[in-house]
Amino acid sequence: MALIEFQNVSKWFPHSTGRALLRTHIAHWFGSERKENFVALKNVSFRLEPGESLAIVGRNGAGKSTLLSLAAGLATPNAGCVTVNGNLAALLELGSGFHLDLTGAENLLLNSALLGRSRKQTLDLAEKIIDFSGIRDFIDEPLRTYSSGMVMRLAFSIAIHTEPDILLLDEVLAVGDSGFQSKCRETLLDFQRAGKSILFVSHSAGQVREMCERAIWLDHGELVMEGDAGSVLDAYSGGLAMPQQAGDQAT
Amino acid sequence: MWKGDYWFVIRSLVAKDFKVRYRNMSLGVLWSLLNPLIMMAVMTFITTQIFSNSSMRNYPLAVLCGLVPFNFFSLAWLTGTASLLENASLIKRVPVPRQIFPIASVLSNCMHLVIQISLLLAGALIFGRGVNIYWLWLPVIWGLEIVFVLGLALTFSAINVYVRDTRYVVESATTVLFWLVPIFYSFSQIPVRFRTVYEFNPVAALVMILRTILLDGKPPVTSTLRNLVCVSLFTFAGGWFIFRKLKQGFYEYL
Repeated sequence: MALIEFQNVSKWFPHSTGRALLRTHIAHWFGSERKENFVALKNVSFRLEPGESLAIVGRNGAGKSTLLSLAAGLATPNAGCVTVNGNLAALLELGSGFHLDLTGAENLLLNSALLGRSRKQTLDLAEKIIDFSGIRDFIDEPLRTYSSGMVMRLAFSIAIHTEPDILLLDEVLAVGDSGFQSKCRETLLDFQRAGKSILFVSHSAGQVREMCERAIWLDHGELVMEGDAGSVLDAYSGGLAMPQQAGDQAT
Repeated sequence: MWKGDYWFVIRSLVAKDFKVRYRNMSLGVLWSLLNPLIMMAVMTFITTQIFSNSSMRNYPLAVLCGLVPFNFFSLAWLTGTASLLENASLIKRVPVPRQIFPIASVLSNCMHLVIQISLLLAGALIFGRGVNIYWLWLPVIWGLEIVFVLGLALTFSAINVYVRDTRYVVESATTVLFWLVPIFYSFSQIPVRFRTVYEFNPVAALVMILRTILLDGKPPVTSTLRNLVCVSLFTFAGGWFIFRKLKQGFYEYL
């Protein structure tokens, strides 16, 4: 049984997003100003098998984050079917929910609660998390005084100390200095060795090759190619080498 | 999907609000006391000195019986309405149940409320009204008020995601309600034909019950109490239902 299965999934967004004003709704009711929806995903199907790590590559705006949001259950598809079997943890954006006026320790507690841990689990894990982050000396200082690297280290440490069957990662690996990055990589490799699955969005070809056997390539919401990571990456970077919008590759 | 600890999250969010609010104020909790006291003094001055029409005994205490529930009601309704938009980044990225945001936001205001209720009870003692057996009703009626505001917060926070003007509608409504709740006048001054309307306004009902208990030392009027129970529970159930319906589209509209 697949851990995650997408069957002909499509997702679109109303164009008026961000202008959710009464005016827009009234105009909509009276039939004027009816615009086409923006299609973020078009008829996408794939499976994530147990013990497998799958990378999603594609340019900015190709639908990668939308796909992860659907898998995480944050959004519902407009067409098709998303099935998830197993415990899932989503690291989509580090540090959302952090508050600058709270100390590192207070943020740790709050963030851990939001991620779904109980108070007891959090307190049991707190020491491990602080050790892993390597910012013990600053843990009782307000987050305002942290460097952005330190904030990310704390956020990543809180998020990674979780025991799901499936991990969703959205470009969260480029965190901290090289020492911390290798520590993160080590943790993820341990996670894989334990037979768990990762669904992985990254713009770093090196990371994809190291972590994943398989990859899918999304472009404008459509699945262009699916196969082993090496050949998908070659095709993808071959496409990028063409002059059109090469700048999007920047991370 | 999200198998976390409901109460731990709500508690953490409430603790966050409290710390953030009071850590940045040198006077801290004192502000919660100062605001109703100043308003009480101003309203007493205007009604007794300018209109020289103080229809209620212990006028300052009677005003306080109106101000404390109203302040809580308006502040909790407003912050509850804004709560989903304020946490938009979290809602789009973490699969935490959405209803905890308006709920936590209302409950944070309860910390504030507890301080103001202590002020009110202290006021009752200072004015020599003494403690009576009917004070046992107080937790019940405050609880109903909180349930009522929770219902409003759920409803309006969800609508606010789709129609951003909602916030301003709520702001105007609280300004209007300030005059329509018997804060600086008494229930007996209201012409009989309008009284039924007041009876069904939970905030007005709460003010009347507070005055009956704290000032007159009498039990709450049964019909008022019954209306308060019905309207509060109905508002909460409605809010819960509306929120469940509307949360489907939050991701797209936030």
